[in-house]
Amino acid sequence: MILYVISVGLSVTMGLMGFINLAHGVFAMAGGFVLSTAMARWGMPFPLSLTLAFLAVAIGSIVLERLLYSRLYSSGELSQVLFSIGLILVSMASARLIFGDQAAPVFLPAYLRGQLHMLGRDFPTYRVFIIVFSFLIIVGLWLGVERTRWGAMVRAAVDNRAMAQSVGINTRLLFMLTFALGSGLAGLGGALGADILAVQWSYPFEHLVYFLIVVAVGGLGTLRGPFIAALLIGVADTACKYWTPEFGAFLVYAATIAILLWRPQGLFGVRT
Amino acid sequence: MSGYSVDSRLRWTEAIPFAVALAAFFLLPEYLALGARILIFILFALSLDLILGYAGIVTLGHSAFFGLGAYTAGILGAKAGIADPFVQLFFAGAAGAVLGLATGAIILRTRALTLLMLTLAITAILLEVANKMSSLTGGADGLSGVQVNPILGLFRFDLFGRTAFLYCLAALLIGWWAVRRIIYSPFGAMLTGIRENRARMHAVGAPVYWRLVLIYTISATMAGMAGALLTQVNQFVGLNVLGLEPSGDLLVMLILGGVGRMYGAFVGPVVYLVAQDYLAKQYPEYWYFGIGALLITVVLFAPGGILGIIDKCLQLFKQKSSVNRSAR
Amino acid sequence: MPAALQTEKLCKSFGALTVAQNIDFRLEPGARHALIGPNGAGKTTFVNMLTGALAPSAGRILLNGEEVTKKNQAARVKLGLGRTFQITSLFPRLPVLDNVALAIAERDGLAIRMWRSASSHKEILEESRSILDALGLADDAALAAQDLPYGKQRLVEIAIALSLKPRVLLLDEPAAGVPTDESKKILANLERLPADIAILIIEHDMDLVFRFARTITVLVQGEVLVEGPPEAIAADRRVRDVYLGEGAHA
Repeated sequence: MILYVISVGLSVTMGLMGFINLAHGVFAMAGGFVLSTAMARWGMPFPLSLTLAFLAVAIGSIVLERLLYSRLYSSGELSQVLFSIGLILVSMASARLIFGDQAAPVFLPAYLRGQLHMLGRDFPTYRVFIIVFSFLIIVGLWLGVERTRWGAMVRAAVDNRAMAQSVGINTRLLFMLTFALGSGLAGLGGALGADILAVQWSYPFEHLVYFLIVVAVGGLGTLRGPFIAALLIGVADTACKYWTPEFGAFLVYAATIAILLWRPQGLFGVRT
Repeated sequence: MSGYSVDSRLRWTEAIPFAVALAAFFLLPEYLALGARILIFILFALSLDLILGYAGIVTLGHSAFFGLGAYTAGILGAKAGIADPFVQLFFAGAAGAVLGLATGAIILRTRALTLLMLTLAITAILLEVANKMSSLTGGADGLSGVQVNPILGLFRFDLFGRTAFLYCLAALLIGWWAVRRIIYSPFGAMLTGIRENRARMHAVGAPVYWRLVLIYTISATMAGMAGALLTQVNQFVGLNVLGLEPSGDLLVMLILGGVGRMYGAFVGPVVYLVAQDYLAKQYPEYWYFGIGALLITVVLFAPGGILGIIDKCLQLFKQKSSVNRSAR
Repeated sequence: MPAALQTEKLCKSFGALTVAQNIDFRLEPGARHALIGPNGAGKTTFVNMLTGALAPSAGRILLNGEEVTKKNQAARVKLGLGRTFQITSLFPRLPVLDNVALAIAERDGLAIRMWRSASSHKEILEESRSILDALGLADDAALAAQDLPYGKQRLVEIAIALSLKPRVLLLDEPAAGVPTDESKKILANLERLPADIAILIIEHDMDLVFRFARTITVLVQGEVLVEGPPEAIAADRRVRDVYLGEGAHA
């Protein structure tokens, strides 16, 4: 589910701006570091730290977007790929310099530790929390996008940027805010998942393939897509590791290839 | 550089890279191992430039062919007792070709992100396979003790890397010549056409898909052979020849040198690998930072790479001198 | 004698939206035929189906009597169907000469040659130059296509289509976006095209249409409204109604 929260932002920004942003993991990592630092060094409580992670990353991403990303909107695919690789490298190196080689320590508040006893089985409280929280985010997003005017504008702009502009929608501002939202969500996801996906300097690179798989398989520019994809991948990964450990991640990759060949636009994407 | 309007005769400046290589051989004998590595990566970069710079296919999975070739040579040399270097090279190239044909035929029907993802997935799968089949590949420890017989029965791979260097140089020479022929041919012009306007190529009756599969296969063959060279020179192959990293590195090298202009594939690896050899050892954390920053700068301000910058300087120079002349 | 290009009951729908309805169309050999209609009438969709860029929902397409409904673009090109695009689609950064040469190489099957250099294929170069010459573009051969004025770019489009030696030529708005003095040049070149090629043009420029075409088909909302010689079309009330306010010459 963490994969979902992180990746939905990527789906939107890539679908919206058509920008191949491989560096999305950077935002997730940043969120994780903010959470850890906020709680460990500044003693902030968990919920506040989460919010801070979201906001800090969102704002930071706006800066990046204005300065760097926006110059490359009309450049080719290659430039965007290279740029995001460059960004990953710079961020990873910086993270290593600032935080060293250790994973960022995360101290869950007492009320989220331990086990919950439900339906006759024990579930780790934190995992349940994550699932519930992610679900809330999904609902929030869905409401926000499907119901509000802002959501309608985003969808219009995804569909046809030039048209949206000529109707008076300020696409620049829209993109900036949406990018901020997507990146903020990534930060939130990174922070939330810090307990499970350890936050360290190599984070963006390690998990890059998974983020991309979720987005590509789910379908760019959709909300449901990454959700289903993340779900599928999570289940498949766990199932494979449990039943056929010799094959490891092999099946996930093979499944990705199969799905993308069958439906190149992703499960829910729109064929252009 | 391709097309019907260009002069395809050999220019004397094209001999420079090889002259430099020979000079390095005689003047820098302590660096021959690095030199061989550079030559191998130039060959690898040339193979990527064929599909990236000329046909316009953006891929992060080129290491799949390189790695497959490397492991083919390694397994032949260490497990199958086949130690003739040319035989190893042949099978590595053949393996690359088979994989290139199979994957190309499947993925070249897609575009942009989907294509990129598929190339990533393929190289990731190969990495997993190499990791898990450790009885064959040595797994995470790699495969050592790869036997490579003396070339033509005469030239043993010596400790100083002299044979290795010249062997790689010869291979590069042949590879370069082949690439050059392709680029200047009608086929090369056609590839440029695909890159410049694919819809138009369809409209003039070109079976674009099959042409792309063809060049992809050729490129994969070359990459496979480059991989084999690496194994033969080191007599070892490890997991670092597969996966995202070598593909990413290669992409950076090519961009640095300049995409789609053949000699970018020469300049890029030289600059990158020399810098890496020196800087990455001294300041490993700063190395990634530096490369990342450099990459961003190049993408934003100098998309033509180093050769592009040189071009611009030459243009400025010509303009200034013609202004001077007309001012007199 | 079979029609150069023919459609039988050609239909196209996108879901609930029908953009082409039972179109029966005949293009005779050596024809000078124009397809007109208000915006959104489905003209470009029709042309896309003719060339193979779009698959029809129902109906048949025949090229020189041969059924091509299932064949792709490249196959139809090989059978003699050429087209130009409404939005100029050249190889922008390549020289004008190469734009034409690439098409010739495809036509003659030389494009897969990897051995000899392209520039040593003298036959291709000569033929490219003569085609460019015929269209008045000889001096522009070395320029990058994107550096040409728009009117000349439209001529390069036609040059590329011609170099494929088509038996049927579909011109999608050849004068679109071209200033009036340059569109005269385009008309002059169109009139000089070989008489044995069947030509279908889609145009909004009524001046050009009425001077060039011997037959006109009017397409409205995906259906053929009326077809006939220019005088009949000009006099037809329904056509004038459809074009009310579109500034047609009647």
